[in-house]
Amino acid sequence: MFYLESGQFATAYRQDRRLFRLRQQRIGLWLTLLAAYTVVPWLGNDYWFSAILIPFLVLSLAGLGLNLLTGYAGQLSLGSAAFMAVGAFTTYNLVLRLPGLPLLVGVAGGGLAAALIGVLVGLPSARIKGFYLLVSTLAAQFFVQWALTKFSWFSNDSASGVITAPPLVVAGQDFSSPLGRYLLTLSVALPLVWLARNLVRGELGRYWMAVRDMDTAAAVIGIPVFKAKLLAFAISSFILGVAGALWAFTYLGTVEPHGFDLNRSFQVLFIIIIGGMGSILGNFLGAAFIVLLPVALSVLSASYLAGWLPSGELENLQKIIFGALIIVFLIKEPDGLARLWRQFAARVRVWPLRY
Amino acid sequence: MSAELLRLSNISLSFKGVKAITDISFAVAEGEICALIGPNGAGKSSLLNVINGVYAPQEGDIHFAGETRRRMSPHHAAELGIARTFQNIALFKGMSVLDNVISGANLSSRASWAEQALTLGRAPGEEDRQREQAEEILDFLEIQPWRQAIVGELPYGLQKRVELARALAAQPRLLLLDEPMAGMNQDEKRAMSRFIRAANRAFGATVVLIEHDIGVVMDVSDHIVALDYGKKIADGDPDTVRHHPEVIAAYLGAAH
Repeated sequence: MFYLESGQFATAYRQDRRLFRLRQQRIGLWLTLLAAYTVVPWLGNDYWFSAILIPFLVLSLAGLGLNLLTGYAGQLSLGSAAFMAVGAFTTYNLVLRLPGLPLLVGVAGGGLAAALIGVLVGLPSARIKGFYLLVSTLAAQFFVQWALTKFSWFSNDSASGVITAPPLVVAGQDFSSPLGRYLLTLSVALPLVWLARNLVRGELGRYWMAVRDMDTAAAVIGIPVFKAKLLAFAISSFILGVAGALWAFTYLGTVEPHGFDLNRSFQVLFIIIIGGMGSILGNFLGAAFIVLLPVALSVLSASYLAGWLPSGELENLQKIIFGALIIVFLIKEPDGLARLWRQFAARVRVWPLRY
Repeated sequence: MSAELLRLSNISLSFKGVKAITDISFAVAEGEICALIGPNGAGKSSLLNVINGVYAPQEGDIHFAGETRRRMSPHHAAELGIARTFQNIALFKGMSVLDNVISGANLSSRASWAEQALTLGRAPGEEDRQREQAEEILDFLEIQPWRQAIVGELPYGLQKRVELARALAAQPRLLLLDEPMAGMNQDEKRAMSRFIRAANRAFGATVVLIEHDIGVVMDVSDHIVALDYGKKIADGDPDTVRHHPEVIAAYLGAAH
């Protein structure tokens, strides 16, 4: 009953194809975007920008990258952090070694380098799939981390392998304050989300889902299966590469190859499993879960349990609760938060009636 | 007699020494409905798989629309206008009915992925055109009410129809149907026969189908090829094949 849908008809296929078919949904989307640029900067403080909103946005973007590959095209991967590392270190080197190169061009270059590595890692997908492909992406994960540590040229011969963010200046504006870094991250992420949305709802998205659901049938009806897989690897890795550059430079400021280890890959995988495979919204929900739940748990435990337990055990307890919540949640809703959201929206649509 | 669209000459296929098809030749005329019949294991599905390139025969040639090939590849067969359905439904179960049907028309799309990402250039017009064509087919097969439904959640009979719709979306010259009526009740079979005949007439598709229900076969087909143990035992119009002694023997057992 919140949605007064009566009288809203699609009279052209273009209208029917829209992501949000209802006027109210579209208004909601624009208000959310407007709020992200006006209300949030006005209300937020440095802690919120640096510790919550920026990692939330970057991890959403990384989840989006992996979701294109795994959730849409059905190719399992544990190399997400490797592609993020390639993006971060390429951006660093481009900006360092080509003075005067605009930052955003460097970030795009990082994405392109990650896409190139992604295509190479995707080559075995011509012959293998499922867990076997997973293992070959795992090899990429270890190889990239090894190469970045072994060849100190990548980190400009810094002793610890740590790289530091280039000046965050775009079009003469300095974005190095927490608010600036938030706005920069948001403005890089949103266009990529829009492009990804167009892709998954278009012809290539159908190819990907066809390959995911039944690749032999896809080949029989003429879909170029291998090309679709390689494009999935390339586009997914591009987005992961950009996410890696943002992770390194707008979130952390400094990063070493170890920051993009297997745990990071798992973190991105958890985001899409919890958020929902094959859903754009799911990446944001999953990233919010991953970022906010530990913060919420530590705030709760600090205020209620602080006197009762030593701090070390408190931290372990948080991890136990976090893990248990993930397990319970996956048993209750294996299709992720995005599906819960859809069910909720369907209920709200007819409320207060039952159907 | 109209022109010949497909001719198989002396096709033999074996799997590691087990002969599935032995020296089979037959021709399918443009515009006809040809049924392949025979007991289980006679080599009917293998023959369809040879025609659209899923299996490579050891011997023989495939002539299609004036072109002769030793073997097809599935992709090339699709490009030549050969579409098919499968005995065990091979739909994309996580996609909507509409997306499944539109994906059947993939060979006609030209927009690059960059155009699709930016929804510029050829992409939007192409989406409109494919949608319109898909809607026509959904209308034709009477499945519009389920256009947004996820295919995996539909009942079996409807899935069979969606699979036919996806094959028709390719605007095929030759339609291969592997047991399109398996597991259906009489009403559903009657509806499916009607759709197959209408598809043959309205879309001008030549049909090669496999079916076990002899009543249905006699009803829909212009031409029947009977197989047994990988060999052709009869070839002709329904009446001839029905009275052929070897066909009767294969189905009922020979009188000794």
